[in-house]
Amino acid sequence: MKVSHHLDQSTIVSYASGTLDEALSAVVACHIAWCSECRQAVRHAEIAGGVMLDELAPAKLSATCLDEIMARLDDESIEIEPSRTNHGDDGSISGVPRPLAKMIGGRALDEVEWRKVGSGVWFHDLPVSEGAKGKLRLMKIAAGKAMPEHSHGGMELTLVLRGAYRDAIGHFGIGDIADLDETIGHKPVVTPDEPCICLVATEAPTRFKSLVGRIMQPIVGI
Amino acid sequence: MAGLLGRVAEARDKQAFSELFTHYGPRLKSFMLRKGSPTEEAEDLVQETMIAVWRKAHLYASDKGSVTTWVYTVARNLRIDRYRRNGAVHLTGLDDYDEAADDTPSDDVVNRSQEDSLVRAALAELPGEQSEILRLSYIQDMPQSEIAEKLNIPLGTVKSRMRLAYRRMRRGLEDLA
Repeated sequence: MKVSHHLDQSTIVSYASGTLDEALSAVVACHIAWCSECRQAVRHAEIAGGVMLDELAPAKLSATCLDEIMARLDDESIEIEPSRTNHGDDGSISGVPRPLAKMIGGRALDEVEWRKVGSGVWFHDLPVSEGAKGKLRLMKIAAGKAMPEHSHGGMELTLVLRGAYRDAIGHFGIGDIADLDETIGHKPVVTPDEPCICLVATEAPTRFKSLVGRIMQPIVGI
Repeated sequence: MAGLLGRVAEARDKQAFSELFTHYGPRLKSFMLRKGSPTEEAEDLVQETMIAVWRKAHLYASDKGSVTTWVYTVARNLRIDRYRRNGAVHLTGLDDYDEAADDTPSDDVVNRSQEDSLVRAALAELPGEQSEILRLSYIQDMPQSEIAEKLNIPLGTVKSRMRLAYRRMRRGLEDLA
């Protein structure tokens, strides 16, 4: 897959260190399923994690720790994980990256329950755990539709799954990710040929610049 | 380490496994303690990680990275899973990537074993303010916003130091190419 817009390197480091919010991490996992360049970058950042783990001063374990583990290895409930057979399928044909496929129970993008939140705008919320600060959802925006200009209270990650949109940063097509922090505002316009479906994680409520946007916010809920 | 893990994968060799435990167990406990787990829980996470190493040994692919990197990702993911209630989202582990044809071919295995030492060297030479950010992120488990708050610096500065540190590691690795 040809990807033109990639993850910010600080996002890659936070993902690799396991400190990126759950909703944002989910979008990163989906992007790297499709983007070999970012996948490689995460791998590099994970090497740093291994090196730092290895350099930690060892802590004393309880005397029985190894015995307890050894006893558990003989337990029948400890099963050997089956080898993965489906390594060739990254979901680029179905349009659903593998980590997302798990979240929507293997359904196609057209089969999820889309909730209409405004003219030409549909959401499908995805579950995150209670402690997560961010929101995770699929968004479907009608062909040619312009979203109100907005900035964000925190980070926003948007992965295009189908169709395309354009904003001041550029053209975002399938596989592209917009990695925006709280300082960047944008006004996405969906290309006229087909609707655009994105996987979006927001860290904090989105801030609309215009009055119309601010009125729309409680209705749209982004 | 790859030899020991290979013996676990192929022969379910318990002697090899206990040697892996001797090296990684105490470091994993240290890792979990520094991330804020109380002693008992830290030890529990060490057990879970080592059992996952046993269960997944055959999924480790030496062409994707060192055993240490792999153990790190297993430990990181287990800890995250524990604190996420419904476990809806799973971080991708080294053994879990969707493979694309354009990935680095597997005849680079020799280079992989050198990657750790190159990254180690690059980390050792980082300016203090960059290595501090990495330590807070990887070891102390702090998100970017918490690091900014703790050090009393703007969030943008945390991000730019992370980028600089990452680029230095990357440059270190490019020596291999």
